[in-house]
Amino acid sequence: MTVHPTVLSVPAPPGVIPRCAEARTRVVSNTPVNGEYRLLTLDAPAEVLACHPGQFFQLLCPEPDGEHPFLRRPMSIYGYDADAGQLQFLYKVTGAGTRGLATLKPDDGLNVLGPLGQGFTMPENRQNLLLLARGVGLATLAPLARMAQRKGRSLTAICSARRPELAMSVDLFRSYGAEVIVVHDADESATPEALRILIEAQIAKRRIDAFYTCGSARLLRLLQDIGARHGIPGEVAMEQQMACGIGMCQACVRSFHDGDQVVHRRVCREGPVFPISEAIA
Amino acid sequence: MKDIPHPPVCDMGVQIGGLRLANPIMPASGTFSEDLSDVFDLDILGAHVLKTIMRDARAGNPTPRVCDLQGGMLNAIGIPSKGIDDFRDRMLPYWAGYKAPLIVSISAHTVDEFAQLCREVTLPGVAAIEANISCPNIEADGRAFAMRPDTTEQVVQRLRAETDLPLWAKLTPNTGEPVDVALAAEAAGADALVVANTALGMSIDVTTRQPRLGNIMGGISGPAIKPIALRMTYQIARACRIPVIGCGGIATRDDALEFMIAGARAVQVGTATFQSPTVMARLVAELSEWASAEGLTSIEEIIGSVGTPRGDMS
Repeated sequence: MTVHPTVLSVPAPPGVIPRCAEARTRVVSNTPVNGEYRLLTLDAPAEVLACHPGQFFQLLCPEPDGEHPFLRRPMSIYGYDADAGQLQFLYKVTGAGTRGLATLKPDDGLNVLGPLGQGFTMPENRQNLLLLARGVGLATLAPLARMAQRKGRSLTAICSARRPELAMSVDLFRSYGAEVIVVHDADESATPEALRILIEAQIAKRRIDAFYTCGSARLLRLLQDIGARHGIPGEVAMEQQMACGIGMCQACVRSFHDGDQVVHRRVCREGPVFPISEAIA
Repeated sequence: MKDIPHPPVCDMGVQIGGLRLANPIMPASGTFSEDLSDVFDLDILGAHVLKTIMRDARAGNPTPRVCDLQGGMLNAIGIPSKGIDDFRDRMLPYWAGYKAPLIVSISAHTVDEFAQLCREVTLPGVAAIEANISCPNIEADGRAFAMRPDTTEQVVQRLRAETDLPLWAKLTPNTGEPVDVALAAEAAGADALVVANTALGMSIDVTTRQPRLGNIMGGISGPAIKPIALRMTYQIARACRIPVIGCGGIATRDDALEFMIAGARAVQVGTATFQSPTVMARLVAELSEWASAEGLTSIEEIIGSVGTPRGDMS
């Protein structure tokens, strides 16, 4: 049976365009990338394609053999194209949910909920941007690079990986006009010490207005420290285990600095993107 | 000109004590908030049941707070609450913007605290109070008032004395004497019984040998507990005169029908909303279509209509 991408129809609040929707999508392709990752491309209805970089979807993953991923799995958006009607996710197979996703074949259906959460911001006073991420975290920042290009910002992307050939999305970042620097474990260029020297050199070379990162606690701490020294703000996309994904269940809280207090915020709702200065790694 | 026959339309309203609901579908406490208004018009629901509030602000349990199970999930959220002031000053004005009756869920560690909070939430705009005397995640080893008839009677009696609003008691499956607990709540003055909260459970990651929840134990919800909640609904609806509201693993129209046929006057939908946030909107529509197709004039006709088994081993 052919799956037609469609939104599950429910009454919308009067005068309100729903911020997110539950939709049935159709798998276009689901192919291995770089050995460790897979790229899932979906035909999706327009109602779920008004996305912002940094937002995520909740995917109702199929059950792989012998496993039962009951809850939806949060997945950051790798690509979205309202004109083509397509949505893309780049994922690493690590658990029951992603093992389920890996079983999807072209023309299969997939129920998605989104777009969810608060994405990255890029105000006018941030012209020179530095992006730092590692592994699958780079996928989350791919739409950010596209936004930087569209807004005419200058972007340096430091892509970290275990080995140079595993660095994700390098070509994609280059196609968006970013200056790409690949660092990796094999030559120890990806250690926090080496990265600190690299980033300080970037700052010395030209003004950096903002940092963007995601995922890694180590990289977050590094950017918090360098940002505090130089007065450079930034944003981080954070992760946490979720149940509902829209703010109801309070499962995905993390601690954040709020002035001199430590408060809980929901990663799904107040985030997943937070100011680097407020995040606690 | 001939009259075009209209399809008969069934009245979907249900009576819960003195409270009339437009339809029998409402959220279960803890699985609902204003955030769901991003997804559908919340006024189509029979009632709005808020997440349990406790009197003082509290952070809740350590993460991880949820994990998967086959046919359901475990949670130990631990009732993070912004406290009574936030409820009165922020939440109550927000929910006043809706037509659906507002049901406020409250909990506390002691009878005295419970009574004080009950008095404080007895406010204009609140249609009923749901006493969460069954949360397994706020006391050591999941202890809760509703595990025993005597503690149930004590707390419900005090709450009854503090409010003139309809008082619903949310019961627990973690008891060997559900009917006695239900009768105790009824005798103490509860106006309705919500059957039931989550079942106390646990899960361990065999690789790390760590419990999968930060709180070690938590409440099982979802389809896995549906037969237990349905059985309790049946037992309690037969034994008590006050209305029973079914709750536990309801995800489809037929799930809702099962609980109503077993004796529930309305149902709460919880974990299913995490899988499909539009599920309650669909259930309202599907239940109405079903009732009209069945030729019912009122959905209340099916309440408690369960038959006796046609066994042939006489």
